[in-house]
Amino acid sequence: MSETVVIAETKQGMLHSVTAELVSAANALGSAPTVIIPGTSDSAAAAVAELAGVGRVIACVGDCFSTYDAASWAKAVDTCAPAGIVVCAASQNGKDLASRLAARRSISVVQDVVAIDGSTLTQPIFSGKAMQNIVLSGDAVISIRANTFAAVGEGDGAEVTVMNQSADIATAVREMIAKANERLDVAEADIIISGGRGMQDPVNFVDLERIADALGAAVGASRAAVDTWDEIPHSMQVGQTGKTVNPSLYIAVGISGAIQHLAGMRTSKYIVAINKDAEAPIFKHADYGIVSTWEEALPILESELKALLG
Amino acid sequence: MPNIAVLVKRVPDTNAQILVSGDRVDLSNVKWVMSPYDEYALEAAMMHKEAQGGVVTAITLGAPECDKVLKDAKAIGVDRIIRVWDDSWSELDSNQTQMALTSAVKEISAEVVYCGKSAADTGAGSTGPGVAERLDWASASNIIGLEFEDSGIEVIVPAASGNARTGISLPAVVSCDKGFCKPRKPNVKGIMMAKRAQVEVLAAEIPASGINIVSHTPPPQKAPGQTFDGATNVPAVVAALRNDANVI
Repeated sequence: MSETVVIAETKQGMLHSVTAELVSAANALGSAPTVIIPGTSDSAAAAVAELAGVGRVIACVGDCFSTYDAASWAKAVDTCAPAGIVVCAASQNGKDLASRLAARRSISVVQDVVAIDGSTLTQPIFSGKAMQNIVLSGDAVISIRANTFAAVGEGDGAEVTVMNQSADIATAVREMIAKANERLDVAEADIIISGGRGMQDPVNFVDLERIADALGAAVGASRAAVDTWDEIPHSMQVGQTGKTVNPSLYIAVGISGAIQHLAGMRTSKYIVAINKDAEAPIFKHADYGIVSTWEEALPILESELKALLG
Repeated sequence: MPNIAVLVKRVPDTNAQILVSGDRVDLSNVKWVMSPYDEYALEAAMMHKEAQGGVVTAITLGAPECDKVLKDAKAIGVDRIIRVWDDSWSELDSNQTQMALTSAVKEISAEVVYCGKSAADTGAGSTGPGVAERLDWASASNIIGLEFEDSGIEVIVPAASGNARTGISLPAVVSCDKGFCKPRKPNVKGIMMAKRAQVEVLAAEIPASGINIVSHTPPPQKAPGQTFDGATNVPAVVAALRNDANVI
């Protein structure tokens, strides 16, 4: 059994909670991993060292880690990480880094792994319309989709080594542009409420936003809504040509359930559908379906949630 | 004037039903199209040529049936179309795919490579950054904005705290998200030119595969849910989400 290496997921320098799931996935591959933290604070290193199932921790410190730059991160992380099977998060930057690192080592990269059974890895293909089961024939870099492996708990504390390792950055961030709205991103949210063309007018998304506020949810949209209305940006699109999401709760409002939308949200733990058409395909995939217009259902949903959640 | 490459891939239409037959997906009855994000990469390549001149080459990897996506690119207006293939290849892994495409990019001495942020079949998004690493080039992934400058390009990429306006010197690989441009449609003249266009076929040296595909399986099916008639049932659903599902 070759060594396993986990690249910790960080967000703005802080440790992302998915890291505990990556350690769990590395354990499923058969060993206590070396966890590499790209450009970390001491507190993040300490937090990783406290996780159960961690072999050792290498905090990779360098100037290049101040903003995400694929080329320099891959070079620096490659130097710090031992050979073996490398596990990253299947986040936007995690997948990008995984690809660079695998190419650097001339090994395969396997993205979006959702299950590990012995030596068999499972990944969705065609946006989850089918699953692909593969066996590695050597070292590889794999990325793990969030919310698919149970996070490890607290352990006895692993040894932390600090390595100073930077590389020349190839891209220069000139300006950070604040997001047009401060809403939660659908890719990050644990609850999502999405609207489709059945919402009739983009101004009606305000009704979804109020419910999202009550739930701490993100607001998403179907491709039909994004393509029809300029006011609904592509960043909100859930589906095969938008974002693939895996929340605990997905509420689809006025969305018929086209194959390409289902492909992006079918793995949600619970799906609620509100649609006036009882024959809409979305109902076949919903845990709870409500046949109703959104005009009738949303005010009741909002008042019920506010009564419940305060 | 820049030598511009765009990577395109033939994939099943995103509206296609994907069936598993035996232990492999059965793609014999699906409609095939250019992967949706590649249309944005193609548009970006054409915009680059319009801004600065140069030559646009569309490159695909695959068997002769993949000529169609190259002809589609030709109809849009690319100058050269290249398919990388060897009849002994099948089910290439990421390492093999990237090596083959990298060799084509080197062959034409491209200075900038555009590709889609991911292909609609694998959804992996590995090719762009992987090719960049093998070329030892800069890369930007999932761009949602693009401007051309004298010595490089400026892109907008999503970042944790907003969107980052980022300068990149060429050579570079740029993977494109949807939304920053509207892919043009071919005109009749373009379609006629594409019919007559010759596809250049290149071979490449590739390593052994690092993975073995054991099987394809249908996605796990959920237990059937409950459907309620009328908005008066909303409180019951909220109660179920609270008490049975424990998600709110």
